[in-house]
This record gives sequence, structure tokens and C-alpha cells, in this order.
Amino acid sequence: MRVGLFVTCLVDLMRPSIGFAAIDLLEAGGAEVFVPAAQTCCGQPPYNAGDRADALPLARKVIEEFEGCDYLVAPSGSCSGMIRTHYADLFRDDVAWSARAAALAAKTRELTDFLVNVLKISAVPGRFTGRVTYHDGCSGLREMGVKAQPRVLLRAVPGLELVEMAECETCCGFGGAFAVKFGEISTRLSDNKCAHVADSGADALVAGDLGCLLTLEGRLRRRGDLTTRVLHVAEVLAGSPER
Amino acid sequence: MQIASMHFKERAHERLHDAQLQRNMRTMKGKFVDKRRVAMVELDDFEGTRDAAQAVRQRVLADLDVWLAMFEENATANGATVLYARTPADVNALVVAIARRHGVAKAIKSKSMVSEESSLDHAIEAAGMQVVETDLGEYILQINGYEPPSHIIGPALHKSKEEVSELFARTHGTPRKDLIEDLCLEARAVLREHYLTADLGISGGNFFVAETGSVVLVTNEGNATLTTTLPKVHVAISGIEKVVPTLEDVATLMRLLPRSATGQSISNYLDVLTGVKQRGEFHGAEHMYFIVVDAGRSAVLASDVREALQCIRCGACMNHCPVYQNIGGHSYGWVYPGPIGSVLTPMYVGLENAQDLPQASTLCNQCGVVCPVKIPLPDLLRKLREKEFEGGMRPWLERAALRGWTWLARRPALYGPATRLGVRMLRALGGRAGLIHKLPLGAGWTDGRDLPAPAGRTFRELYAARRDDAPPVPR
Repeated sequence: MRVGLFVTCLVDLMRPSIGFAAIDLLEAGGAEVFVPAAQTCCGQPPYNAGDRADALPLARKVIEEFEGCDYLVAPSGSCSGMIRTHYADLFRDDVAWSARAAALAAKTRELTDFLVNVLKISAVPGRFTGRVTYHDGCSGLREMGVKAQPRVLLRAVPGLELVEMAECETCCGFGGAFAVKFGEISTRLSDNKCAHVADSGADALVAGDLGCLLTLEGRLRRRGDLTTRVLHVAEVLAGSPER
Repeated sequence: MQIASMHFKERAHERLHDAQLQRNMRTMKGKFVDKRRVAMVELDDFEGTRDAAQAVRQRVLADLDVWLAMFEENATANGATVLYARTPADVNALVVAIARRHGVAKAIKSKSMVSEESSLDHAIEAAGMQVVETDLGEYILQINGYEPPSHIIGPALHKSKEEVSELFARTHGTPRKDLIEDLCLEARAVLREHYLTADLGISGGNFFVAETGSVVLVTNEGNATLTTTLPKVHVAISGIEKVVPTLEDVATLMRLLPRSATGQSISNYLDVLTGVKQRGEFHGAEHMYFIVVDAGRSAVLASDVREALQCIRCGACMNHCPVYQNIGGHSYGWVYPGPIGSVLTPMYVGLENAQDLPQASTLCNQCGVVCPVKIPLPDLLRKLREKEFEGGMRPWLERAALRGWTWLARRPALYGPATRLGVRMLRALGGRAGLIHKLPLGAGWTDGRDLPAPAGRTFRELYAARRDDAPPVPR
């Protein structure tokens, strides 16, 4: 099974370890991982800004790079959600490309969903000492149906105790450019979340999207919390934090 | 209503720092969100019912002219008069003309959000007549100098019990009351007098039923029943989109409306008013008028955000919106707040007057999953963002950033070196702690939070290096 890893631009630029953790997990699950070397962005930033003209060439590039794979997997509910649920709308006026977009959408998966429901893995290489709480990213939860998958995998990590925080399904305040355009409102949303993380007593906040993690880690640190670890689910499952 | 949506950011800022409002909003959120969740679990098949409700609303919009014509024919046959208002000003002119024709001195009014669009109360008073709001929330706002509503079903939700208690004592000249029950009794005593002396009752309309020519009113206080049956004249005002084909359709929608709105399986009162009082009947108005309002709706119908007209005004989208929950309804600056308001307001008052509203959402889609008629609210907000972008309404810096990003991301040979340089600079800015406290052009982010610095090497370069180091794998 040839799995194309869509690293996502945020992981590429900000935290490459997540991409390598994803490769480790996919390979441990028996997949042959293919990483297109020229990949960049799925087109979501211009698409959500109302700039379809700029989103289109980026989406075509993704389709060209990944349509030869059996699956496209991304360590992000947001980017995989863009490809799976929004490319159809993006290419609505283009018959030829909309068929190619639909074919790619059908084989696009969020990482933990792919590990659980396609590779059907039950053991993970990582280990972690401490309490972890999981934040459900909006696109993963509401576009990709990711809810139980990361929790099943996290519970399989030796030494890890999973605790649920209040309002784990409420938005962290990121929303892409929203976090910059409406920084004050965004910060308040993050603040509510930070309070729930603190109340949960977790040592680490874990999520499946780097956008949420940067948003929440940035606010936690500004609030003076320098100890709560903020980790991507792939890093925890692959064992990167304990290495 | 005076439009203030262009001041969205300032208004939101004020409310984020209003401690009393923040407390009130937290109470409200708990009530609405938790009660709705319980009510939906009781429903056998929420998704199936939603599909049916969506189908009803889509059937209406597909042939709106046909259903409106049928409604007019049946309402007229029952002795009512059906009038059409193209603009908000037309609504006011029609109501004032009706009031003058019947020699009205005092009008009573149950809740109507459509009438807020045209500030109907002000027009009635300007014509020399008295008007009294009978919905408790609307009454509170009226005696507080016509404060604007902050929510479509709970217009005074932003107020605490203490604030209302003080307002009542000041307005009615009565001792301060601490219990909500006592405040309700006081309002009831004041309003009773008005019900008995008014000549005109004005209501909204949750639904206009085409097959019977009826108006359906959904309330909890019973004020709509009194408002529409005690005075000799009744005027029901609602939008063109509120027509539904049959009573059966009303039943389908009513399975979801109270549950979505207040978590009730059924509202306390459900009025179905059909025609004028007939000989031998004891209740009802002698003269009945329907004012069917366009005021921008036909333009929405013809647009690519027409699904917004499916709305049955339950308020679930705002109750569940993390942005609304934190900034309250007044921030949005017009009649309809929250996600549905962020679509309707720009369409009704002009995108140029409400440019922030479609942008002021994380597109988290919490609104979309709770909407009982499945309005794809994030998609509609994105379509309005497209109109803003295409209409040149976005700041040049935003446009340049998007163009620049796409230009670079399409050219991997340049993207690689450019990002390698970029992440190294950001890494250096992050210092020893790996946190960036201030970012040029990124104040929106760094005013409230740090930016965790990047690792300093891109995935692409690390991956290429790893593959170069690896021994050749025989294939």
C-alpha cells in the first residue's frame, strides 16, 4: 500500500518532528510511505480568505502530486478536511479537475483515522509518562469524523493516562487568519481553553493539528504556564517526546 | 435599526472587558447549550428529522412565489388582508396606515424581529400613537430606552436579574424585587392593563401556512395569544421566506424549533390564527392583516447564499458559537447576531457596512452541526468572503500576503530556499526559550500570545538530508 504523506506547510516550516513521527507510525503500521518532495500548501489559506483564484493552482498541485498514491494521509484534520470536503466546491466549475479532485478526496485521510481504520493498528511505538488531555480540532472532528481514533491510540501508549477536559470540542480560537485579524477575540477563545487544560490536571495538551497547538501553546506561555507540554498526537504516539 | 456593524471590532473589544456581561453570557451558554443537548437526545432520530426539516424549507424556497400566492388566496378567503412590503420603510408605512384607518391610540406588540429591521416602534410613536412591547425581554429593552436586542429569541439575555430588578424599580416606582418570579408578576400586572386597553395587536409570524392562510406563533409567555386576540385589529408581520406549504410541515419544523431554541420539547404556547372572528366565535380580531416583508430577501433568494433563508430563527447557531458566546449579540451591530446574522446582515444592509462579520468566524462549524435545517453557515460565510475579496474590499496587505504566499508555494524551487531562510530568522527571534513575543505585521497574534518559534530547519530539508545519508535501498 503506497501512502502519500501530505506533511502540511505548518509542519514543514514550524515543527518537522511531526512529519517524521507520522512517517514512523505509518511505516510501523506496514505502509510504504511516499513523500512528494515538491509539496507545499493545500490552498486552504486563500480558499478561506475568499481568494479562489489563488487556491486553485495550489489545489491542482496537490492533486498532481498525490493522485498516484493509494491514500493521501496528513497529520492534520484541517488540511485533510480541505482536500476531502472542500476541493469539490473549489473545482465546481471545472469538470475535468473536479473528477480528479473527487478521486483524491475519496482516498484522503487524517493520520489517526488512517492508522485506526485503514491500517488497523492497535499497538504504537511510543511511550509517555504522565497525564494527557486531547483537544478535538474543529475540522478533524466535524469534517473528518475524528473523535475516538486518537483516543484509542493514546490509550495504547504505555504510561500515558488520558483525561478529558471540559469543552474539548470547542474551537481553540485559531481559525487561520482569524487569529491575526481578530486577535483579541481569538485570544479569549484560547484563554477559555487554557483554563480547561489547567483544570484537567494534564501534564500535556495533545491535538491533531499544529495550528491549534501553536495557538494554545502561545497563549499558555504568555499566561506564564511554562510547564504544560503541548504536543502533536503523532509525536506522542511515535514516542518523540521521550527520546 | 441603526446599523453599527462597521464598528464590530470596537464593540467586541468593549464587551470582552465588560465583566457583568461576561458573567451573564456564561449563565446563558450553560442554559441553552446543555438544555438543547438533552432535548436532542430525547428525539428518536435527530438527523432524520433534520433532513425532513431541511427538505421542507428547501421546497418552500424552490417555489416561493407559488406558496406565497396560495397563502394570499387562502388568507384572503378567510377575511384577512395580505399586504406586501418591499422595504423596511414600507412596513412602517403600512402599519401606520392600518392604525390610522382603525383609529388606533395604543398598540401592543408581541415579539417580531422583522419589525426591528425597520424600527417599527419608533415609527408608531412618531405617528402619535403609543406602542407597548409585551414579550418580557422586549418590554425590558423598551423601558430601558429602546436598547437593541442582543439575541433573536432572548432579546434581553445580556441582562442579569439584578439589572432588570433595578430597571423595574426605577420605571414602575415599585420596591426592588429579588426573585425572578416576582419580577415576572410585576411585568404581568403592568402589561395586563395595556392588553385590555389597546386597539391594535402586532405580532411577528414564525410561519405563514399556505394551505390554510394561517399565521403560526411560537411563544412561552402567552403574550402573543393575548396580543393577537384581545384588540380588534391584528397585524402579523413576517418575511416572505416564512411561508410553509402545510400544517404537516409546521409539525415537522416544530419538532426541532423549540428543542433547538430552548431545549423544550414543545413551547408553552403555540397559536395558529386563521382569519377574522366569525359570527358565533368568541375570540379573535375583527380585522386581520398580514404584512409579508421582502426587505432584501428576494435578493438573498437570487444569490449563492440563499440557504440562509431556510432559517427558522431558533438561535442555536449563536448559542453554540464560541465567538458569540464571548462577545455577545450587540457586537454584531444589527438585528441578527451570531453566524446567521453574519450572513444576513451584510445581505440586508450591504456588505460594505458589515465587512467584518463574514470574517469574524473561525469557521469551526459548530453552528453548522447544530442548525436544525442544515444551513451550511461556514460555507455561506466563505462565499461572502469571496464577494469581499473579488470586490476589492480587503486590505491591500492581506491581498498581497495571499498573492505572495501562493506565488511562492507554486514554485517549489524558490519555496525551499525562501522557507529555509525564513524559519532560521524566526528561530533566531525566538531566542533561548523558543518563543517569539513580538512579530512585525503579526501584532494581531503577538499582542495576546507568543508564537512558538519554528525548529529552525524545514521538514523538506531534513527529509532530503535523511534520504541522502541513507544507504541505497535495493528495489
